[in-house]
Amino acid sequence: MFNTETGYGWVARLLHWGIALSVIGMFALGLWMRSLDYYSPYYKTGPDLHRSLGMILLVLMLFRLVWRQINPAPRHDITPMEHRLSHLVHLAMYALLFLLMIAGYFISTADGRPILVFGLIEVPALIEAKGLEKTAGAAHYYLAFALMALAGLHALAALFHHYVKRDGVLMSMLTGRPRLS
Amino acid sequence: MFKSTLLAAALALPLAGPALADTYMIDTAGAHASINFKASHLGFSMLTGRFDTFTGSFDFDPAKPEAGSVTVEIDIASINSNHAERDNHLRSADFFDASNHPKATFVSTGIKATGDSTAVITGDLTMLGTTKSIDIETTYVGGGDDPWGGHRQGFSGTATIVPADFGMPGGIAKAPVELSLEVEGIRQ
Ligand code: HEM
Repeated sequence: MFNTETGYGWVARLLHWGIALSVIGMFALGLWMRSLDYYSPYYKTGPDLHRSLGMILLVLMLFRLVWRQINPAPRHDITPMEHRLSHLVHLAMYALLFLLMIAGYFISTADGRPILVFGLIEVPALIEAKGLEKTAGAAHYYLAFALMALAGLHALAALFHHYVKRDGVLMSMLTGRPRLS
Repeated sequence: MFKSTLLAAALALPLAGPALADTYMIDTAGAHASINFKASHLGFSMLTGRFDTFTGSFDFDPAKPEAGSVTVEIDIASINSNHAERDNHLRSADFFDASNHPKATFVSTGIKATGDSTAVITGDLTMLGTTKSIDIETTYVGGGDDPWGGHRQGFSGTATIVPADFGMPGGIAKAPVELSLEVEGIRQ
């Protein structure tokens, strides 16, 4: 369950891959729902799903932060430069994802309306500031693309470690063991 | 005697057939409803504004519109005349006294059809703690299935009230205010 000195435990791996899939899905869902015609049967369900998943993702990410703090970070056989660079990219992805979710929350709640999560739980508006939806909407858009770009870089780096450096970094997140196969 | 009449009435109810009136929630979540007002400014121009926050529902059966009913609850502090300072003044004791009377309510007491798609809805409007009967001239706008799996009905209404009748102080309150109501409900 917990991370070890050499690999990630199943909780960290589940969080990593689950959130990775959801975030990519959310990006596609976001672009798709904005492309829908008003008379599309999904015109309302698309955004309902996007907001609901987004709020759940926010809770998962908060838990992930806690989990990251109470677990050891597996040590990889990488150069100090690689270590610093990867650390920077990871931090930037956390920051961008949180900012993205917060911006999304502000689009939906700027006028004081709550967010209804799957029609069950109401997340109240913390601040009512009509007009905020404009800034939040622009930020949400650019943050989403910036996060996708970073995630692409992150994935390329993982493949580089696996196929070029052959150092088990990818495996430590896939299987939890730093073996190459 | 009284008891047995009640009992007979209760037994007879199911024979009267199913109640056809459906309940509709006013679509304030999607903002397809608005409560707008228009008041004279010094007799020089008309000031318009709205109450941004309210909730409500209505019962409606197209075959028997007169059997319908409607209730609405308005958050007075949500008054919006597109001028923050003026809105605070309107919330104050000079006008709506919103901290002591945060809500206004409308509860219909009767509906009278006046044409194919028009009716007068009579009901009790309570604001500033005072209740008065008002008439709303109502026009049926349309209804049917929406593209997202729901069923909607919509109406327009107008009414004229004199705020002073409800105890609003000051000379301004003696001038009539026109209300214009746009209401779309989603069947529950
Ligand atoms: C993983 C997180 C998320 C990703 C990747 C994501 C991505 C996107 C994308 C790509 C769009 C389309 C942008 C546009 O065309 O303007 C969008 C729109 C939107 N997102 Fe998100 N989003 C995320 C989280 C959230 C959250 C947590 C909320 C909170 C309620 C949210 C609310 C919205 C809203 C309301 C829109 C529509 C904006 C508009 O119509 O201008 N999103 N999202």
